[in-house]
Amino acid sequence: MHRSPLLATLTAIALAALCSGQQTGLGISPTVIAGAEISIPAPGTGEATFYLASAAHVAKRKLSLGQPIRLSGQDLSIAGRYVAILCAGSCRSQAFFVTPAAPASLSFVVHPSRAWIGREGAISGVALPFDKFHNLVQDPVNVDFSIVAGGSKLYSASAPSRRGIAWFRAASGSKAGAAQLTASAGTVSARRALQLVASDPCRLQIRATPAPKGVAVETEPIHDCSGNAIPDGTIVTFTANGADGISTVDAPVKHGVARALLASSGNVVITAASGVVMGNELRMSVKP
Amino acid sequence: MRLWISLLLLGVTAALIVAGLGQPGVLWGQNRESRDAVDAAGAGAPQAAIASLLRNVQRHDWDGAYAQVAGSSNVDQASFIRDLSGTHGALRTFSGLTGWDLNPLRATDSDAEVRATMHWATPVGALDDARDLKVVREGNAWKVVWPQPHFPDPPPQVIPLTFMRWDLVTGGSGDEWGNRNVDGPRVRIVSMNAVSYEGGSVVIGEAINEDSIPAFVNVNATLVGPDGQVLGNESSFDKVLHVLLPKQVTPYRIDFPEVELAKIKSVQMDVKTSLIGAAADPVIEVSNQAIGDDGAGAKALQGQLLNQSGQVVNIPHIIATFYDDGGRVIWVADGYIDRALLPQSPEPFRVRVPERIANNARNYRVVVNQYSLGGS
Repeated sequence: MHRSPLLATLTAIALAALCSGQQTGLGISPTVIAGAEISIPAPGTGEATFYLASAAHVAKRKLSLGQPIRLSGQDLSIAGRYVAILCAGSCRSQAFFVTPAAPASLSFVVHPSRAWIGREGAISGVALPFDKFHNLVQDPVNVDFSIVAGGSKLYSASAPSRRGIAWFRAASGSKAGAAQLTASAGTVSARRALQLVASDPCRLQIRATPAPKGVAVETEPIHDCSGNAIPDGTIVTFTANGADGISTVDAPVKHGVARALLASSGNVVITAASGVVMGNELRMSVKP
Repeated sequence: MRLWISLLLLGVTAALIVAGLGQPGVLWGQNRESRDAVDAAGAGAPQAAIASLLRNVQRHDWDGAYAQVAGSSNVDQASFIRDLSGTHGALRTFSGLTGWDLNPLRATDSDAEVRATMHWATPVGALDDARDLKVVREGNAWKVVWPQPHFPDPPPQVIPLTFMRWDLVTGGSGDEWGNRNVDGPRVRIVSMNAVSYEGGSVVIGEAINEDSIPAFVNVNATLVGPDGQVLGNESSFDKVLHVLLPKQVTPYRIDFPEVELAKIKSVQMDVKTSLIGAAADPVIEVSNQAIGDDGAGAKALQGQLLNQSGQVVNIPHIIATFYDDGGRVIWVADGYIDRALLPQSPEPFRVRVPERIANNARNYRVVVNQYSLGGS
C-alpha cells in the first residue's frame, strides 16, 4: 500500500470524518482479527481511490474498479476502529473494528523483588496478555499463576483477565530463598524470580570470651522466628560498657554469625542489637 | 600611552604587594587577636617564634618552619613535615592552614608554654587543631619544641578477610518491561526530634535500613509554619551514614540556623534511598567513649577508633548520637579526623558537645563514616 504524504493523510482524515456517519457499507465484516488478510469487493469500472484510516494508521491507494481490494495482515495489525473509504465519483465508506489476535506473549510484573517471609499478601503479580502485534488482549483469558520456592509449590491459582489484566496476591510462605513465579496463558508463559528473605532475628544470643586485647564476642547462629538464617551482611551492633567508657562495633553477619573484638577491661556489660531487636546481656570481668 | 598605563598598573600592583607583606597577619591569615599578642610581646617573644613557624607552614616552606624547631625536639624534618602535612590521603593532605590563635599558658625567662590553635581549611569545612607547645630560648632566639609525632606503624602482615560485598547489576534499556526491576531498599525513620540551637533549630533523629541489601540514604526535612507555609527545606548532607548496611541504624542531623523553633508547627520528613553496591568492611571499633572536658573548657565526647580490617580509611568521620533517660535522641554531633585510619592502629577522636547536652545525655552511640580513596 502506498504511504501517502501529508496531503493524503489530511484528505483521508477529512473523508473519514465526513463519512463516519454514513454506513453505506463496503461489505467488510464488522470485526476483523488483527493480522488477518481481508478482501473488499470493488465492483464497477474506472479509476478509484481507496483510503484506510485508523487511530494509528492512514493509507491511500489508487486502484481500478472491478478487482477486489486486498488488505494485508500488516495493514490491519493494530487493534482499534478503522474506516475504509472508496471514492470513485462519489464515496462509500464503512467503519469496522480490528480486534487483538490470540495471546502471543505475557507481560508479567511482580512486586516486590524481595519479600519478607511469613507475611500475608506480601507478593503480588499482574499479567497482561498481548498478541503478536503487541495489542493488549482484552477478551477474558485464563492466566495460571504459580510460585515455586525451595522445590515446592508455594502458591498456585488461575485468574481470568479483565479488560486485559489478570492478577494475584499471595503470602510469602515460611522458607527463605529464591522463588520462581510463573504466569501462563495457553501456550505462552512468563517467568520472574524474587527473593524471599528472613524476617527480623527471633532471638539474639551472644557469648564472650577473653581475648589478648579485650573481649571476643560473637552471636550464636542468628535465625528468624521461622528458623531461617538471617542474611549475611546484616549488621549487629555490639556494645561493651565498662569503667573505661563505652566500646561499640558494628559487625556484619558472616556465615550466620557476627563476631567482634571489643577493647574493654574491668567489669563490663556487653550487649548486642540488630536493628530493633535486642540481644541478651553479658556481665563479665576482663583482665586488662 | 599604552606603555605608560601598563607601567602605572604594574607599579600600583607592586605597591599593594609590598603593603600586604608589611601586614603579615592579613597576608598569612593570622587573626588580629594573636597578631596583637605577638606585637605586644616583642619580636623575641615565644609567640613570635611559633607564629614564624606557622607562617612558614602556611607557605609550605618546610625548611624555614623546621629552622624554628628547637634542637631538643627530637623530631626529624621528615616526621615534622608528615605531622603537619598529613599522610595516606588523610584530610590533612587536602587542607591548608588559614590562621592560628596563640594563648600563653606560662612563661619564664628561659622557656614558655603556649596553646596554639591552628585553623585548617579542609574540603569538609574548617577544622581546628590545638596543641600545647613548649618554647625555649636557645641563645638569643626562641625555638619551638615540637613534640615527636607518633605515627601508626602497623607491622607487615596479611589480614585475611571474608568480607561481604554487594554488587549491583542494572538492566539495560532493551530489557523487557517489568523483567529487571529491583525494588529500592526499605529505610525507615525511627525517631525525629526538633531542638532549638543558637537561635535556629536542628532536626535530629535516627533511621534504620530494614532491608537485606545496602542502601544509599539521604534524609530531608521540611519545616512548616502555623499557616502552612514552608519555612525551610534542607537535607542531612554529610551528617548521616549515607551507605547503610542491612539493619544498620544511622543518626541524622539537619540544621536550620535561620528558623526559630517556636515558629515551627510541623516537620515533614522524607527519606530518599537508592540501591548501591557496598562492602561490609572495614569494621571499625569505637572504644573508650566518654564525655569529658576537651581541655579548652568545653565538653566533648572522646574515644578512639580502631580499624580492625586491612584497608586504610583515608578520611574517618564520626557521628555521635546522644540519648536522654527515656532513650530519646537529644543531640547529634559530628566531626572529622584529619589523620588516616591505618589498619589495626588506634586513633583518638573528639567531638564537641554543648554543655546542656553533656549534662542531660544518659547514653550515646558513635558511628563512623569512612571515605577511602578509590572507594566509597
